[in-house]
Amino acid sequence: MSDTIKKTALNETMRGLGGKMTDFHGWELPMEFSGIVKEHEAVRKSAGIFDVSHMGQVFVSGPDAFKFLQYLNANDLSKATPGRGLYSHLTNEKAGLVDDITIFCLADNDYLVIVNAATADKDFAWMEAHSKAFDVKVENKSSEYSMLAVQGPNVPLMFEIFAPESLALPRFGVVVKDIFGEKGFITRTGYTGEDGFEVTVPHKVVQQVWNKMFELGKPYGIVPCGLGARDTLRLESGYLLYGEDVDDDHTTYEAGYGWVVSLKKGEFIGRDVLVAQKLNGLSRSLTGIVMKKPGVPRSQCKVFMDGNEIGTLCSATYSPTLKKGIGVGYFSPAKLPAGTEVQVEIRGRLVPAEVIKMPFHKGGAFSKDLYRGRQA
Amino acid sequence: MIKAEEAKYMKSHEYVHIAQSVVGVSDFAQHEMGDVVYVELPKIGQKIEAGKQCAVIESVKSAFDIYSPVSGEVTEVNAAVQSDPALVNQSPYGEGWLFKLKITGEADGLMDWEAYQKFTKEAH
Repeated sequence: MSDTIKKTALNETMRGLGGKMTDFHGWELPMEFSGIVKEHEAVRKSAGIFDVSHMGQVFVSGPDAFKFLQYLNANDLSKATPGRGLYSHLTNEKAGLVDDITIFCLADNDYLVIVNAATADKDFAWMEAHSKAFDVKVENKSSEYSMLAVQGPNVPLMFEIFAPESLALPRFGVVVKDIFGEKGFITRTGYTGEDGFEVTVPHKVVQQVWNKMFELGKPYGIVPCGLGARDTLRLESGYLLYGEDVDDDHTTYEAGYGWVVSLKKGEFIGRDVLVAQKLNGLSRSLTGIVMKKPGVPRSQCKVFMDGNEIGTLCSATYSPTLKKGIGVGYFSPAKLPAGTEVQVEIRGRLVPAEVIKMPFHKGGAFSKDLYRGRQA
Repeated sequence: MIKAEEAKYMKSHEYVHIAQSVVGVSDFAQHEMGDVVYVELPKIGQKIEAGKQCAVIESVKSAFDIYSPVSGEVTEVNAAVQSDPALVNQSPYGEGWLFKLKITGEADGLMDWEAYQKFTKEAH
């Protein structure tokens, strides 16, 4: 790995716990500790903890903060009143995604935007460029904060002790809290489909938070989890990975996330393209498939239907919950019905699979379907 | 259950225990591969050539071609590992064995336990 690789404040801790480190978009992060399947199952059944300090934090404030963010994101930010947040897409002029993000309202015209690690600089540059027309301050504070994701059905029991006020938060709720003497943020969010929280704090106290989580999580067998389990968990739950499932050239509608779009909230970048797509229909859509025979599909595997290539997979892996290979890809025609038989080309062989209605894992407190219903 | 110290090893981390005529992958290999989810084994009666691909192990992370340290005819395949692939991770020298064969020859350059230990320490 290069000398210029970025390390989180918990790098030594991760290594000490046996983390198998890897380079993730310039960040040295653990791929796994005790094993991807073990970590995945721990989160689904009880509790797991991830160092997600590579994620970025942008603060947006000023008299036009709401108007500014409303213009840059596809969702309706008026749903996020103080103490609430939402998941959204930053859109470009073609309604492609600049990034997928979460926006939290800390107070009137005072927001915290969480951005992906790989796109943090790009997002900040995009926001800065568009901020000129608004009376708004956009501050990239990604280098100041660490972040932990604590996920699993038993995690609320841990937070009952760590931060009792957080139990009252709905999904995407946020609470500002003094954490070991520093101003921190607790959000009821996560990338796993399970209940849980993400804790954003300045670097100097993250080790203490980590230790506290292990202390409180001990009765629940909490384990440290890496990027491997993070990916199997999120794909099972139908969550998007920017750069693989969505990018500048794919729209929110094509990705199957229509519920993120609020056309009626007013003008936003790319709105006209989405209006046209809604009217005219889609030529391609992100479709989920489940393997019917052994074999693990991978990103870039070609998919066929009736002898014709219909697309390639964006994200694919083995689902520890379904005990089958799963994947998503943009297929043409769009919106193939569940049960449609397809074949996935895996290492030169065509292996049978079928289209499935997303998400793959329908359990979990916050799988995609429930996700929609509990938005703000 | 074979004794790891008694086996011979390939650079690609497969092992053969000559006396027990059994082929598997080493503990180093299973650790590198991560959680094994599918195992594709040769068929009974199949003729295997030393140094050539004879099986496939798929983990959550990736698929791995498995090469045979020896030539011979397959006499037994491990059904347990096909229904519970995690055995390869849990017990690579025991219940996670892959197949047995009537050995007719060996690949060049097989390492003994000491040489293999040295090799894996340098590789890491």
